[in-house]
Amino acid sequence: MKCFVGIDLGSTTTKAVVLDASGAVLGRGITNSRSNYDVACEIARNEAFLDARVNLLQRAVEDKPELTEKARGLPYVLRRNFQRAQHVHLLRELEETCTVNARRAGAAPDVMDALREVFDQMENRTCKAFDQNARPRSDFFRDLASAEYMRLGQIVARRRRVEFEVLLGIFDKSIIAVESSVPETSLQETMEKALEHSLPLFDLSADAQRALKGLVDAAVARRLTTAVTVGTGYGRARLPFLKEFIRSEILCHGLGAHALFPGTRTVLDIGGQDTKAIQVDADGVVTSFQMNDRCAAGCGRYLGYIADEMNIGLHELGPIAQEARKRVRINSTCTVFAGAELRDRLALGQRREDILGGLHRAIMLRAMSLLSRSGGIHDEFTFTGGVAKNAAAVMALGELVEENYGERKINVSPDSIYTGALGAAIYARRAGAGDREEQLAVTAAGGAR
Amino acid sequence: MLQQKEMIAAHFRKLGEARERGQKVVYTFVPGNLTELMLAFDALPLHPEINALQSGMRKLSGEYVAEAERAGHSEDVCTYVKCDVGMLLKGNVGPDGTKLPEPDLLLLSYTGCFTFMKWFELLRQHYDCPVAMLHVPYQADGEATPDMLEYVVKQLRTEVIPKLERVTGRKYDEDRVREALVRSARAEDDLVRVLETAKHRPSPIDAYFGGVYYIGPMFTAFRGTEEAEAYYAQLRAEVEERLARGQGPITPEGLLDEERFRLVVEGPPNWTHFREFWKMFYDERAVVVASTYTKVGGVYDRGFRHDPARPLESLAEYCLGCYTNLSLPTRVEMIADYVRDYAADGFLINSIKSCNSFSAGQLVMLREIEDLTGVKGSFIETDLVDPRYFSASNVKTRLESYFQMLEQKRAAREEVPV
Repeated sequence: MKCFVGIDLGSTTTKAVVLDASGAVLGRGITNSRSNYDVACEIARNEAFLDARVNLLQRAVEDKPELTEKARGLPYVLRRNFQRAQHVHLLRELEETCTVNARRAGAAPDVMDALREVFDQMENRTCKAFDQNARPRSDFFRDLASAEYMRLGQIVARRRRVEFEVLLGIFDKSIIAVESSVPETSLQETMEKALEHSLPLFDLSADAQRALKGLVDAAVARRLTTAVTVGTGYGRARLPFLKEFIRSEILCHGLGAHALFPGTRTVLDIGGQDTKAIQVDADGVVTSFQMNDRCAAGCGRYLGYIADEMNIGLHELGPIAQEARKRVRINSTCTVFAGAELRDRLALGQRREDILGGLHRAIMLRAMSLLSRSGGIHDEFTFTGGVAKNAAAVMALGELVEENYGERKINVSPDSIYTGALGAAIYARRAGAGDREEQLAVTAAGGAR
Repeated sequence: MLQQKEMIAAHFRKLGEARERGQKVVYTFVPGNLTELMLAFDALPLHPEINALQSGMRKLSGEYVAEAERAGHSEDVCTYVKCDVGMLLKGNVGPDGTKLPEPDLLLLSYTGCFTFMKWFELLRQHYDCPVAMLHVPYQADGEATPDMLEYVVKQLRTEVIPKLERVTGRKYDEDRVREALVRSARAEDDLVRVLETAKHRPSPIDAYFGGVYYIGPMFTAFRGTEEAEAYYAQLRAEVEERLARGQGPITPEGLLDEERFRLVVEGPPNWTHFREFWKMFYDERAVVVASTYTKVGGVYDRGFRHDPARPLESLAEYCLGCYTNLSLPTRVEMIADYVRDYAADGFLINSIKSCNSFSAGQLVMLREIEDLTGVKGSFIETDLVDPRYFSASNVKTRLESYFQMLEQKRAAREEVPV
């Protein structure tokens, strides 16, 4: 099956989208950008292809009436289990690297014991993220592993009277190496293991199990060939692609938003370090744009910093802010100052919810200024990027749009974070169409490995 | 380019020796400069903003700006000013390493930039030398009226000329001014011809990055000299030869042979990363076919010429008509004309972070030019000589996005059946 891949190398996360020849989305993948864009690119792509196989499997299951009823959702459970297996694999690799690094640094026996104890408990706890009903949170390996290592490390260090800083140093030294390698897991083997874990959760006859296994094998064995890959985002220059296959993120976001919502005329994208206000025409072609410069206050990283300051998870910010009864005024011109202001407000006894409510309005005020500079907000208005996942941000934006421009149809897709990658994938498909197809496919395959 | 560099270097040498030769030194600015008048008094002009941009190109400006900030100048002050003040505080060694002479006169011949006045106030405090100020009315309604002209000419007679006479000890000799103006007008003809070759496709010149070198002598100490006349005659011959051969412009990495984008640019270039900035254009095969920056020292391609028959009047007209003295609507009209006359694919505004008087209103200009021409513009922000305000990856992302946008629009246009 011929596929077209778009990769968006953002400052915080790297996303990949796989399209089939008809332009339908086959799969999506995301990972943290880490310090190694090449690895991030490969992992996001692998994730997207895994997602594509899972989706193909789901379609196959839906095509078999005898399976549909009883095995509904199984492909997704299978995926979680697959990801869990990958996670465990990485965890083992991390433990091994930590042990080697600790030994090399001449760590005392009690440090080695503490390290072992931490890792003994980590697997159980971090794997909870892959449970069927897990609370939504980041499932990037680095985030899961470091949060749990910090927590357990402190407890174990206290009990064993080992210096926590020593444990922390070992982790810091090891995580980058582990994160910068692409895990060598066999698709076939890992899928089999995942299926073994998943099957008991479903009430299936022996025949049905056999039939399902056949479908899984077929999904794993299916040849998915990449015809063209197009890259975009901050790390685009790092991609081993021909210049022809690197597109600006502005164009990719414009086109991606147009693909998600064909009526789109204005796009706001808020990513890790960028805010982009983009105007597009009826074909999704960008006609004008504005970007933040010199300062990334009000972007995703700003929210990440604020979450750290308040000692809560990034995913919790929005829900807390939605509990606001009033909005405290917070400046949005400097991330670090906003942090200080926040502590100041808390000390004055203001509610955390109200402060966060004000903060979400503050970042949207910044976006509004950029939007007006790009030519205003026209119907329909599509909000994309990681920050669009935050319901409080969407709400604050909606209010400001109404106040300043009156009624506008605001589109937010649950897959908004993939908008840039989707646009890139559409460019890949366009590049692969027509007479030049074969020649491009050859160069792209050669260039993108 | 080499000859131009040699001329500028020779001028700095002359400035270094001015004291020994008994020549008087006049500090003055590029917009509305009265070079022919100063030369008629055998005075040597020195342009603080040229020193600042030279310092920027030679990577010295960061240190000078920091020095000025240590002396109490705010982060928001024009960085030309801070660069100049910093250089002064560090011993007034010019960009080429020779110590610059102190001014005998501060000649402020253009007041459209408010900062210029403040700048010379600072210099007067420091040097305690005479100041001649020529108040040049802003063309708020889009034209220089006869009253304005008379007002400026009167100031030339009663303020500028008497002070030049007093400082240099020479009598005003109008014939010398006329002689210089003859040469000016000839060189101006040649410069205009050079700039207008860019209407051809492919353009044999880059009218912004390359243009900076073409305007150098005309905008600084050479207008009205024999050297300048010869320089422009030679430049014209060279460029016409390139035009006849159908060649593209020369870049620091050689000939640009395949013109992909034709652009009009508003605003000065960034000097601290001049080469890097230029590369972002020629790597994409983008050629600037017209720019407004190459008009800050005179808008010759719209018809104005220095006129020996009316020496003071034409100098006054010149001061009133330089690009920075034009109103926003006039600037919009001029850029829109460039977009049309030079068949540009797009236009770019490089807004200067620390220039309050010139950057104000540029977003409005962008929208109006888009409306007038139907061509979409792009907007970036950098600075003149403060290296901290040039964010290469940011500028590059915008430019790349813009070029890809232009390409996409072009592709969409070509698909439409005729």
